[in-house]
Amino acid sequence: MTTLTDPPKESFRLSMLIYDTRYRSMTIQVIAMIGFLVLFGWLISNTAQNLQALGKEPSFRFLSEPAGYDINQRLIDYNSQATHLRAAFVGILNTLLVAVLGCITATVLGVIIGVLRLSKNWLVSRLMSVYVEMFRNVPVLLWIVLIMAILIETLPAPRAFRGAEPEATMKLFDTVAVTNRGVYVPEPLFSNSLGNISFFGEHSLRFDISLDLLAFLAALILGLFIRSKINARANALQESTGDRPRTWHLNLAAIVVPTGLVLFALGFHLGYPELKGFNFKGGTHMRNSLIALWLALSLYTAAFIAEIVRAGILAISKGQTEAASALGLRPNRTMSLVILPQALRVIIPPLISNYLNLTKNSSLAIAVGYMDLTGTLMGVTMNQTGRELETVLTGMAIYLAISLLISMAMNWYNNSVKLVER
Amino acid sequence: MKKSVFLGALTVAGLAAGAAAAGTLDDVKARGKLNCGVTTGLVGFAAPDANGNWEGFDVGMCRAVAAAVLGDPAAVEFVPTTGKTRFTALASGEIDMLARNTTWTFSRDVDLKFEFVGINYYDGQGFMVPKELGVSSAKELDGATVCIQTGTTTELNLADFFRSNNISYEPVPVETNAESQQQYLSGACDVYTTDASGLAATRASFEAPADHVVLPEIISKEPLGPLVRHGDNEWGDVVRWTLNALIAAEELGITSANIAELGAGTNNPEINRMLGTEGTLGEMLGLEADWAKKAIMAGGNYGELFETNIGEATPIALSRGLNAQWTNGGLLYAPPFR
Amino acid sequence: MSDVSFVRTEMLPQQSPPASSVGFVGWMRENLFSGVANSILTVVSGVFIIYTLWFIIGWAWSPTWNAQSLNECRAILHDLGREGHWAGACWGVINDRWEQLLFGFYPNGTEAGVADMRWRPILAFVLLGFALAPVLYAEKVPAKMIYLTMAYPFIMPWLLWGGSIWGPIMVAAGFVIGYIGYRVLSQLAGSLIALILSVVLAVAWWLFAAGGIAGMLADLTPALGLEPVESRKFGGFMLSITIGVVAIGLSLPIGIVLALGRQSDLLIVKSLCVGFIEFIRGVPLITLLFVASTLLNIFMPPGTDFDIIMRVFIMVTLFASAYMAEVIRGGLAALPKGQYEGADSLGLNYWQAQRLIIMPQALKISIPGIVSTFIGVFKDTTLVSVIGLFDPLNLTNAIRADSDWNGIVWELYGFIALLFFVFCYGMSRYSMYLERKLRTDHH
Repeated sequence: MTTLTDPPKESFRLSMLIYDTRYRSMTIQVIAMIGFLVLFGWLISNTAQNLQALGKEPSFRFLSEPAGYDINQRLIDYNSQATHLRAAFVGILNTLLVAVLGCITATVLGVIIGVLRLSKNWLVSRLMSVYVEMFRNVPVLLWIVLIMAILIETLPAPRAFRGAEPEATMKLFDTVAVTNRGVYVPEPLFSNSLGNISFFGEHSLRFDISLDLLAFLAALILGLFIRSKINARANALQESTGDRPRTWHLNLAAIVVPTGLVLFALGFHLGYPELKGFNFKGGTHMRNSLIALWLALSLYTAAFIAEIVRAGILAISKGQTEAASALGLRPNRTMSLVILPQALRVIIPPLISNYLNLTKNSSLAIAVGYMDLTGTLMGVTMNQTGRELETVLTGMAIYLAISLLISMAMNWYNNSVKLVER
Repeated sequence: MKKSVFLGALTVAGLAAGAAAAGTLDDVKARGKLNCGVTTGLVGFAAPDANGNWEGFDVGMCRAVAAAVLGDPAAVEFVPTTGKTRFTALASGEIDMLARNTTWTFSRDVDLKFEFVGINYYDGQGFMVPKELGVSSAKELDGATVCIQTGTTTELNLADFFRSNNISYEPVPVETNAESQQQYLSGACDVYTTDASGLAATRASFEAPADHVVLPEIISKEPLGPLVRHGDNEWGDVVRWTLNALIAAEELGITSANIAELGAGTNNPEINRMLGTEGTLGEMLGLEADWAKKAIMAGGNYGELFETNIGEATPIALSRGLNAQWTNGGLLYAPPFR
Repeated sequence: MSDVSFVRTEMLPQQSPPASSVGFVGWMRENLFSGVANSILTVVSGVFIIYTLWFIIGWAWSPTWNAQSLNECRAILHDLGREGHWAGACWGVINDRWEQLLFGFYPNGTEAGVADMRWRPILAFVLLGFALAPVLYAEKVPAKMIYLTMAYPFIMPWLLWGGSIWGPIMVAAGFVIGYIGYRVLSQLAGSLIALILSVVLAVAWWLFAAGGIAGMLADLTPALGLEPVESRKFGGFMLSITIGVVAIGLSLPIGIVLALGRQSDLLIVKSLCVGFIEFIRGVPLITLLFVASTLLNIFMPPGTDFDIIMRVFIMVTLFASAYMAEVIRGGLAALPKGQYEGADSLGLNYWQAQRLIIMPQALKISIPGIVSTFIGVFKDTTLVSVIGLFDPLNLTNAIRADSDWNGIVWELYGFIALLFFVFCYGMSRYSMYLERKLRTDHH
């Protein structure tokens, strides 16, 4: 018979901080914390000393001073008298613009190329392998400058459109001008425009949102809502009777009629680019720098996405394909209805990190003179004001925030499509 | 020295910490090398050749200072800087002087805490357009696309010019001269604007220079000069008077060809004082007596430097213009050596 | 019914399949023209390939290798009757500058009084191959080679930067002292105290003794040294490779620590590691390079002056270690739980288990990931051109600032892209081979 006795009560000794596993982890953590704080304090005190020696006090006053430089690519109104803060804001929007455009095209291209790499057509699959290897193994910065050089050197200059017998002509029934300054496409114009609503009044962060766009979006959402109702009814009918009514014409009408009505009411028409003076006027000008950056980033990232897609498809067992063909699905419907939805679960996590990479790589915009955040806040503003510490740290914080937002959003999406295991 | 190179390469921060607070002049002498900031490449002003030797007008300035201080024009470490990194490199002590076509402006001098020691090139911002556009004045450029190098004062001047003349334009920012040249030649921009010297140098390298004209308007003053850190006056004096010596040497007719002869002593007391055969000017600067002689021997006087690197005999073919001696109607006017 | 009934009594000889389904024709039918859509795809891509190749070869085939300037190239092509923008490549620029593109400004013997030292980076990179062999091809090389691997981190900087041999030896001695100190002290006190004390010992050696002793020894034996080369002379591909190798080499230990920290149960340690990793992975490399070029000297004690290449090494190493930590964390996560439990059941403590059981396996699984991190870092070294270092991409600007080559575009970009492709493609092939091998090893 054994008696269970309490372990002898020990009085606390200093050495227990190291030898007793109960306290040791505390000790290590406290040491780590102290070490971190010391390092941090050391850096800050160095910085303070150095800045004092240089006679520069950290200050963000420069943000409210006039920037003095012009930015060609901007989504909000800006001129050289606006503040540095506004210039930075223009830069952030440009970063987001190229990141969003890049992610969309990279995904589309990546999926197509990934699928084509598995094509039975020998030539096509080889060609796609060459594409993937070519883009993956050469630095993205080199691609950006190379594509910019190709755009500049191979496309016609606006002056080639001039004269009685011009060397170049506009494409697509004279509506699109492709020049080495960029592409001019028709722009949507509204003769009964509703105007804009402005946010933040006269502040540097003010921005306008077009009410026309909002009206159009509202009509589109209404159409989509009606469409989902129609489909729900059709589904219910199919469940009860086994026959599915024809709905495509209703669906089409649900989308087209409201948006069409809104467009008509607003007096929608297109403004075409026209050669006037030095440049094309009118139309939307997609600048070369934007196109080169967008193209390079999406082609480069697409090569990585293609590999992810390919791996995702290969991860789906062959039985799925065979089962699908046993059900009588044609190959392309097998791909879109059976394989890709399942592969998506494998694909999404690495896809997130590629979106993040693309967004971060968009900071290489300065190589082609696209004025993103690196070009404005961490470029010209830093240069003209000499405020390196403030601009670089602010820029890093903004990039960090963008990255964290993207990964949060994508992780949320990933969790929502994840297979729920039972 | 040798071990500090290696240990600096390998070990942690504290090791590489150099002696701070000493004057730059003493630092340079102790190091045996001058760290001189230059551009990463601008035709005629600074560019490395196939063997990595730097050549150009700004490079000549660096070599002259190195010769004056260390007696050896080759004792220069050229630190390529971009428009972005140049000021921090100087402020942090990574370079001792910056000779990189930097415009002397109020805010750089006062707010950024630098000291411009003089002007080695009087420049101004101009415009270049293809002849076929038929433009004869910059005021006709309404709506034009303008190529411009970012990170320079020209960017601000351009915005001011178009704004004050109430005409519109589309800026195309580029990083380097090579890129703007490419964009301009292929017609991606109608106009190229930068310092007039840069325009001339760029135009000279075209296949058909005659097809391009530089417009008569010069929209800004761009006094370019070497600069040092604020607050180190001894070092500032060394660089300032080396520049002045080069300019004065041309005025007094001292060239690299006759300097050996003149250095033996002449009837002109100012030449004697400058070349160290009379007086103690070198000592006052904390240099050898023949500092100016060595500086001039490094690449010749101001005129010789100009002619070999950017003058009319070179592909860049710049005329002296404002950069002639005051005696010839230019602005170069060195204070007396006395 | 009738006599014409026919029953075959012997087997027919096997016939060869129809000519249209075997051989080249059959292969074509199977792989290129199996349907209308497929045939269209084939024709379109075929035309595209032929057109592109025709254009590129026509341009690249250009007898301008010996030209001394762009104008000379134009004259040569003009004499051949080739005019216009795409008349032909001007290979003279590559002939003139390829050494610079590879070695930057590393002393090449043209400067008076300085010998051609380019054998040093070449030797360093060749030795790198040997040093990596025990890791990459463990079963094919003698085990003794591991000593070279251990010595390499000290040989490489010595070869590249030069200086007295005593410098690296004294630095290496610090590690030996730390190790011996750990062995001795762990007999006397606990392993944790021993670890901390030995680290303090080694750091003290580096800070206070190593420099002085190395200097003394160097003065005694001046012959045992290489001509020092300043890091500003580094450039071209040599710079890219050096940054890549140094960053990956240094980030490996940091990455291991970070990965372990991220997995640890200690809340503060874990959040510090996670914070660091996510911060570095959340900002673009270029902003870190801006920190290197403009801020790092401000963060250091007044008077510290690292040259720009050192600062780039520091920032790229920090950058790489965050990615490395994630790769190693993947390796740790891929290890079966039984390995941890097995180590525990043997009574090994945390560090023993990590050192003897966990890390050797986790690192082996991580090698493909490490190689791809290396490829990524190697490609990203082109970003240093933005802060004015002469990597191959920035050298193109310097070369085009020479009035001889002003206006050259494609030849330089093409040459650089080709070299990068060869390096990266080779390494990615190797990493794939390794992945296949590891997959079979595990069965």
